[in-house]
Amino acid sequence: MNRRWILALKVCAHIACLAPVGWLLWRLWLSVSSDPSALGPDPTHTVTFFTGRGTLRLLVISLAITPVRRLIPKLNWLIRFRRMLGLYAFFCGCLHLMTYLWLYAGFSWSAIVDDISQRRFIVAGVAAWLTLLPLALTSTTWSIRKLGGKTWNRLHRLAYLAAISGVVHYWWGVKTGVKTPLAITVVLGMLLAARPLLNWRAAQRKAAEARGIPVG
Amino acid sequence: MLIRTKSDIPSSEITPKQVYVNRRTFMAAAVAGLAVAAGKRAFGDTGKGSTPPLEKLATIASPLSTPGLTLTPYEDITHYNNFYEFGVNKDDPARNAHTLKTRPWTVKVEGLVSKPKTFDIDTLLKLRPMEERVYRFRCVEAWSMVIPWAGYSLSEFIRQCDPLSTAKYVQFLSDDNPKQELLPWNAGISWPYSEGLRMDEAMHPLTLLTFGLYGETLPNQDGAPVRIVVPWKYGFKSPKSIVTVKFVRKQPMTTWNEMAPNEYGFYSNVNPNRDHPRWSQKRERVIGAPIWRQLQPTLMFNGYGDQVASLYAGMNLLKYY
Repeated sequence: MNRRWILALKVCAHIACLAPVGWLLWRLWLSVSSDPSALGPDPTHTVTFFTGRGTLRLLVISLAITPVRRLIPKLNWLIRFRRMLGLYAFFCGCLHLMTYLWLYAGFSWSAIVDDISQRRFIVAGVAAWLTLLPLALTSTTWSIRKLGGKTWNRLHRLAYLAAISGVVHYWWGVKTGVKTPLAITVVLGMLLAARPLLNWRAAQRKAAEARGIPVG
Repeated sequence: MLIRTKSDIPSSEITPKQVYVNRRTFMAAAVAGLAVAAGKRAFGDTGKGSTPPLEKLATIASPLSTPGLTLTPYEDITHYNNFYEFGVNKDDPARNAHTLKTRPWTVKVEGLVSKPKTFDIDTLLKLRPMEERVYRFRCVEAWSMVIPWAGYSLSEFIRQCDPLSTAKYVQFLSDDNPKQELLPWNAGISWPYSEGLRMDEAMHPLTLLTFGLYGETLPNQDGAPVRIVVPWKYGFKSPKSIVTVKFVRKQPMTTWNEMAPNEYGFYSNVNPNRDHPRWSQKRERVIGAPIWRQLQPTLMFNGYGDQVASLYAGMNLLKYY
């Protein structure tokens, strides 16, 4: 993949990540200026789920890059998009956290302490955000060099933990009977299973090569 | 910049003009409407039932109405519903409830009564003058509305039922006809939806036997043709589309209490001091309000403490939540 194509795709990816944020800001502006129902009957709920789902989706897409590359080596260039997607996931997660702090807790410290001490779904959500924080902070090339590739990779496996916490947070947050978190859960489950499966396949191939059997 | 939002419009402008301009004329119109409906029924419907279009309901003012509140827009009251018979999402009932046939409709009265009776919906509509009662409506999910209901005190109906003195509770069952309702399996509910009140709660004048909102008959998604509204309790204590009223000695089984007893108590009085295990009940989101003004504190007994707190004198409301 040549540099020009990568650049074009990066522009597209930026647009794809920013467009939903733009949509949200546009609806927000509409609801301020002319149409109070622009964000639906329960705007707080709309914004909360929009940013929360966005975070999980971006996180899962960024986690899919490694298995896809290993499965289809031709798509190796996808690695150049992972940092960007991860950072957008964190950005979306920050918007989601802000939604909570402003619209649910009303920036009241006692309300926040109350929630964290009593509500497991809030704890899971905060845990997910706190897990993403060091990953965002060490996303620079300088950090990779400083930490060394191996340590950096091990640290960034926390992205899986963040996604798991996020999905648990989602299930704990919705009421009994609502199955909307199911789709993202299945996708994340597949990604978690893909890693050991791909390792196993690679080990098989290596063993076969060692025995001198050509691999198709 | 002129910022004009829906909630700036006084309720007098939102209330359909006809309702307040000349109530007498419309009382007559309503009677005529009922006569037409009765006529239609008498002259041969196939018996399969129908869903009549919304009709005006002439209402009189009531001292039990809550003054000084901004009404939630009609659009939101009728498109943001929890009515699991028609799906678990908020916009499902508005989309799916058209299959509900509200004529013919009867309400069966059974259990501890001197004589079991069946009331036709048209009888119930005429039993008492309709009152407009503006009530706060607080959902257990921490959102709230202000709704101008139309109906009369449930106690008026209960007197007609002639319950025995041994009746301590009253149970309500909603319609659960698979030909009319989706009754989705994923709701996890064993139908019919069941709710119940202690006798003194049911007899309290605020408890409303409800037939309409905004001066019109109830749209299907809001529990047509008849429902209960208990303004000081979480919304799920106000069952919709009821077909059976049963007087019983012991606390009846109620749907949400049975599904998750630690989350939804039998009493379920609105109580900011007793949080739901998964979210705070101290605050609520006002439906239809702009996003930066949605959050407001929740009031004990949803603001009806002066009228109802005495019902629970001496009870530990953290235990009997």
